[in-house]
Amino acid sequence: MRCSPNVEIKIGVLALQGDVSEHICAFERALDNIDNINNFEVFGLKKPEEIESCNAIAIPGGESTTISRLIDKNNLRSPIKAFKGGIFATCAGMVLSASKIIDDNDVKPLSIMDLEVKRNAFGRQKDSFESTIAIHGLAEPFRAIFIRAPVAVSAGPGVRIIGRLESGIVAAVQDKNMALAFHPELGNDLRLHELFIKNLLNF
Amino acid sequence: MKLEELRFGTELIKRGFASMQKGGVIMDVVNAEQAVIAEEAGAVAVMALERVPADIRKAGGVARMADTAIIEEIIDAVTIPVMGKARIGHFVEARMLEAIGVDMIDESEVLTPADEEFHIDKKEFTVPFVCGARNLGEACRRIAEGAAMIRTKGEAGTGNVVEAVRHMRSITGEIRMIQGMTSQETAAYARSIEAPVEIVMECAELGRLPVVNFSAGGIATPADAALMMQLGADGVFVGSGIFKSEKPAVMASAIVQAVDHYTDAKVLAEVSRGLGDAMPGLDIHLLREDEVLSKRGN
Repeated sequence: MRCSPNVEIKIGVLALQGDVSEHICAFERALDNIDNINNFEVFGLKKPEEIESCNAIAIPGGESTTISRLIDKNNLRSPIKAFKGGIFATCAGMVLSASKIIDDNDVKPLSIMDLEVKRNAFGRQKDSFESTIAIHGLAEPFRAIFIRAPVAVSAGPGVRIIGRLESGIVAAVQDKNMALAFHPELGNDLRLHELFIKNLLNF
Repeated sequence: MKLEELRFGTELIKRGFASMQKGGVIMDVVNAEQAVIAEEAGAVAVMALERVPADIRKAGGVARMADTAIIEEIIDAVTIPVMGKARIGHFVEARMLEAIGVDMIDESEVLTPADEEFHIDKKEFTVPFVCGARNLGEACRRIAEGAAMIRTKGEAGTGNVVEAVRHMRSITGEIRMIQGMTSQETAAYARSIEAPVEIVMECAELGRLPVVNFSAGGIATPADAALMMQLGADGVFVGSGIFKSEKPAVMASAIVQAVDHYTDAKVLAEVSRGLGDAMPGLDIHLLREDEVLSKRGN
């Protein structure tokens, strides 16, 4: 492990629609937990010019059709695609970060990760569930909250699959990016946020 | 995956669903065609109805849950969540909505109440509920019954935002007031508004309701939507305001952008240009006592 004191980090949570404040709060708590990070800022990102100074961007849960449309309305598509930092995407964020979406023309994917994703893979809201799943890289299982969740049905060679259910891939890492079909930001377990940050900073 | 680890319809899942709607616009629709227009405009969900509230007012008589054929047609037409309205206290209508796959149930004063004493026991359901409230007491009582989301009632079908403003200011104002109280005073206040003490205490601690709080009832323009967001709403329901306006698709898209940029007056002015006529409005003071929907279900 590399020890680099006085690391500064800035994370922008895409603040167009969805559970933005939960993401901001979860990242603030996770950054507080990590040694060697002395200075951090987590903020709601709305404008293209705010992207450049970020180390990472979070694409929150919400309605992927709405967020996709607002990404275009706010001229955020090209700057997000060109972004070189890490992207942390949950649920709707996972759909948006995919390279392909099955049977769907309402959401335009950003092709951040080489994943083929199916929206609402488990059914309607009454089929939403909590489950304990194993995640590669975490010593203990993770209590995951799936809300009208997607799954990835296939992944490219550069993708490391770190979590799976019978219906498909629910957690994946590619370079500095992480996509999750569930919502760690809604719970108190921040190990996936910490994993993402450590991977981002090469700790 | 071990089966005993699987759980459905927990409070976290229900409230989590509501959190995913934040910063969004939920639009009333009466058929598949309107639902598609709403989805394309950027709605986070649609409310499937037989009539929008303005037409419910005109029709009079007893307003009930919509025909399930209409709701199913709308469910098949869009990929965003579909909500449906059940009468206050009518748990059978609610069970039917849950059975056909509605994603959230609105136990709504816009329909004629089926029970003047009890609301639906919402904790018994897998599907989450949203309920109306005019003040902190009502909001806390609904949360205690299991509502995963609150919407301030406003006065539906009027195109007049004045009641929506009154109800939102009441809830946020009461929360600011209890934040300055000792725990003894908060408990006494909770008793005076007939609300469970522990939920009122939680509001004081959080500085807000413990569930997502949308605004509803009278929002007719992008400016109205932005006003409610600035007053503390997490998002808005627009009922008659979209499909009773002159250009529904344009109005729907403008309201979505207004909610996204609710503090940016320049953007609000830009999206409000050339929208055509908003829905015709009603003066609240001219309504008869029995025409005031927000007084239903305390």
